[in-house]
Amino acid sequence: MIAVLALLVGVVLGVVLEPTVPVGLQPYLPIAVVAALDAVFGGIRAKLDGIFDDKQFVVSFVSNVLVAGLIVYLGDQLGVGGQLSTGVVVVLGVRIFGNVAAIRRHLFRA
Amino acid sequence: MTMAGTDDERPGQDKGTAGETAAEGMAAEGEAASDQAAADRTIEISVAQVSAAGDRTVPIRVPVDDRTVELRAAAVGAERERADAYDEEPGGEYEPDTATRPAGKAPRLSAAAAMIGLLLGLLGFALVVQLRSNATDPELATARPEDLVRILSDLDGRQDRLRQEIASLEASQRKLASGVQGQAAALEEARRRADELGILAGTLPAQGSGLQVKFVAGSEAIAASTVLDAVEELRGAGAEAMQIAGEGGSPVRIVASTYFADSKGGLVVDGVRLTGPYTLSVIGDPQTMHTALNIPGGVVDMVHQRGGNVIVQESDTVGVTALHEVVAPKFARPVS
Repeated sequence: MIAVLALLVGVVLGVVLEPTVPVGLQPYLPIAVVAALDAVFGGIRAKLDGIFDDKQFVVSFVSNVLVAGLIVYLGDQLGVGGQLSTGVVVVLGVRIFGNVAAIRRHLFRA
Repeated sequence: MTMAGTDDERPGQDKGTAGETAAEGMAAEGEAASDQAAADRTIEISVAQVSAAGDRTVPIRVPVDDRTVELRAAAVGAERERADAYDEEPGGEYEPDTATRPAGKAPRLSAAAAMIGLLLGLLGFALVVQLRSNATDPELATARPEDLVRILSDLDGRQDRLRQEIASLEASQRKLASGVQGQAAALEEARRRADELGILAGTLPAQGSGLQVKFVAGSEAIAASTVLDAVEELRGAGAEAMQIAGEGGSPVRIVASTYFADSKGGLVVDGVRLTGPYTLSVIGDPQTMHTALNIPGGVVDMVHQRGGNVIVQESDTVGVTALHEVVAPKFARPVS
């Protein structure tokens, strides 16, 4: 409940404040968002499995975001930033699909 | 489970850790689990459950017993999740937790919830910001530097082309503007010339300084040749426009083609019959024309000899208002 409210508050803040993304953060923000989404779906799945743990969720959330950003940064330094961020997005997308599939099985038993 | 199966290396290795953790908590059951076959994994997991989140032991253990097969699927995922958390942490950390749980449970939960709320708020914020920044500039924001360089050079080339186009258009604009000016000047010139020629050809009324010359017949009528002499004399003296008026007809403009003929008791000028006295209105330099008319043996002299009289009157505003009908030339064509 708190999580959903916080998400809504964040969205409203983003809409109201209309900040611009700093240039240095521009390549990383989308990747970070996808990584965070992955963590959130993993959390939802764990919740449905009944094994949700606050600490683990926080740690996985932060580490997901940091690792994703690090990979893209590394890719940019190596000159393969575009390809590597695509790779990260693909991997995270696969994981999100897997988590969503598990959630779906939980909710619809199908 | 097929999708989740892509990560299967990790769970495989993690199972061991989970098992160890479980062993720390409840050694007896853990050993029992390791003795048993794969089907007993369910039990092993339930052990992990117990040690990790002691407060959930009862709600979880019951379904495990009831539906072993179903839970096994969930348990693999659960095991993995568990193992993630335990990777870096020693299992012993949970012992003080368990000890303080009855008292410290509420504050710890709210702190974690606050952290989760903060993270999710951040996620929502970042999500919206990213969506907005993408919506404002969908192409350039995500483009790589090399693409941006290419786009920039494209734009530079286009800018050059547009600059050239501007330059050429400005040049043609200048040309056209000067053409318009020249046209206006030419039009003005042509209009002025048309006025001059209109006065000369008798198609425009004119006025200016000049003379009024009145021929009054004496014993003899005024002959056409006398009037023609006067007209020639005046032309020689620089007359610019002339008309002749008399009784019995409207005034007649005198132009190059005007003829004078004698008629009974009068003159025929350009087909119009006039009788005396005749008044010649002339625009030109008054002094010169006056002198020209008065030279000895000239027009005035001749008329006096025949008993007539010529009254010459200088005026600043002589009106030559009669117009000559222009007949388009039948044969003559301009050479150009």
